[in-house]
Amino acid sequence: MTQQEALFRFALRMGDNTLVLGHRISEWCGHAPVLEEDIAQANIALDLIGQARNYLAYAGEVEGKGRGEDALAYLRDSREYINALITEQPKGDFAHTIVRSFLWDAFHLPLLKALANSPDERLKGIAEKAVKEVTYHLRHSSEWLVRFGDGTGESHDRAQAALNDLWRFTGELFEADDAERLLAKAGIIPQLENLKADWNATVDGVLKEATLQRPAGEWMASGGKHGMHTEHLGLMLAEMQVLQRTHPGATW
Amino acid sequence: MSAQDNEALFQQRVDDEQKVEPRDWMPAEYRKNLVRQISQHAHSEVVGMLPEGNWITRAPSLRRKAILLAKVQDEAGHGLYLYSAAETLGTGRDEMIDQLLAGKAKYSSIFNYPSLTWADIGAIGWLVDGAAIINQVMLCRTSYGPYSRAMVRICKEESFHNRQGYDILVTLCKGTPAQKAMAQDALDRWWWPSLMMFGPSDKDSPHSAQSMKWKIKRQGNDELRQVFIDRTVPQAELIGLKVPDPKLKWNESTQHYDWGEINWEEFHQVIQGNGPCNAERMAARRKAHAEGAWVREAALAYAEKKAKRKAA
Repeated sequence: MTQQEALFRFALRMGDNTLVLGHRISEWCGHAPVLEEDIAQANIALDLIGQARNYLAYAGEVEGKGRGEDALAYLRDSREYINALITEQPKGDFAHTIVRSFLWDAFHLPLLKALANSPDERLKGIAEKAVKEVTYHLRHSSEWLVRFGDGTGESHDRAQAALNDLWRFTGELFEADDAERLLAKAGIIPQLENLKADWNATVDGVLKEATLQRPAGEWMASGGKHGMHTEHLGLMLAEMQVLQRTHPGATW
Repeated sequence: MSAQDNEALFQQRVDDEQKVEPRDWMPAEYRKNLVRQISQHAHSEVVGMLPEGNWITRAPSLRRKAILLAKVQDEAGHGLYLYSAAETLGTGRDEMIDQLLAGKAKYSSIFNYPSLTWADIGAIGWLVDGAAIINQVMLCRTSYGPYSRAMVRICKEESFHNRQGYDILVTLCKGTPAQKAMAQDALDRWWWPSLMMFGPSDKDSPHSAQSMKWKIKRQGNDELRQVFIDRTVPQAELIGLKVPDPKLKWNESTQHYDWGEINWEEFHQVIQGNGPCNAERMAARRKAHAEGAWVREAALAYAEKKAKRKAA
């Protein structure tokens, strides 16, 4: 694998992660528990989709085969998507959505802070802007998790159930593939395992305040980063890609 | 001061174009009328998120997806300002929402029509927001201060919504035959319901006369409807779409379009709950409210615990 191929794969993965999660979060728009959350969740989804567009456009340029953001987003099948599994999990109840965001945000923020120092100017530029957005995302998901954990009996139980359910998707975040190892060695991206301490500190701190238990589950699912997804992604893409697939070559 | 003096002074202020503010004396009927209108308007924003929200996950490009999401988010924001404006009149948001969910409060009937294709997202922005803007520009000058100020802010965003809707249709009309047919089909389905948005003809409008006197409304339904037609027909022609009204014709002597007859039977049926999506829209709002109950309770319980800990 050349460095350019690795860079394509990494930019594509970041695009896939942010697009898939952004899409999932956008599913709340019009259906949130309070109007303020319709606005907040839409805002977070918009940030992520904006980031996805930047990463995918960059991936297309690095690849050099003429694929733009929409070709990459709309004309790849689930086996070609390389996002982490946690991002594609269904919205579930609002506790699932908040826990899904929180576990991801706690990883996403330190990753972006490291990328903001990348010698790759494009990654650096995207990350510098995204750090501000994701700082807010993490604050928002943390605040809700604390409200749920330390709110009512029902909200506590729902939050704990969501944590137990989604925990198995967190191991994969820190597993580097060949592209990530190559780029980390070249100093372009951080070593993913080095982000674990930061993630642990955030997770443990918020769970403590929320009076929630860190799940004991040791077994971790993985595969998303290599195109082996849960069944949910194929359905999500079928919906997302329907117009592009039904009207090949049309402009929208 | 007698009630009569109060009323006369109030009318004088309104006639002098002074804004009425929350702490000012106002006739009970004025207050009631405004709460009805503003809450109805707020509910329309919130229910209006549903037909467009229906296409966020299917938007055909990332750019369109981001624009649509931002637009629906704006509508939630408009809902919030409007609920706040109504709250200045002494009715709480929870109470207004309960009235909506109980089926006692109305919202704009246009949102009881389904969004069936992507072109409908264009038609909603172009026609529905286009009609709403004409009404809202008038409301920027409404006599109640908080409502008027909310409308000034909302109008700025609505004109962006209107342009993005037209832009979707422009793109479709330049596209494949299937895309163009999709655009025409959307206009065919949304044209008449959009004209109905201005409400019944002035002679049949129960709230119009008093609202005009109090300057809550400043122009009649028929006049506003004509403004919309005159503005919109050339826009349709420009992109090669045909307005589905065989009687539509430019009238040189009046300098307005002559046009056909609204199906008022359909209008009344939809208002009474018998539109294509009335049941679905209310079901979606009730579901979101019911499924969100534990979230709202948790937020409240946590805020109370936190306040108690702070006090201790």
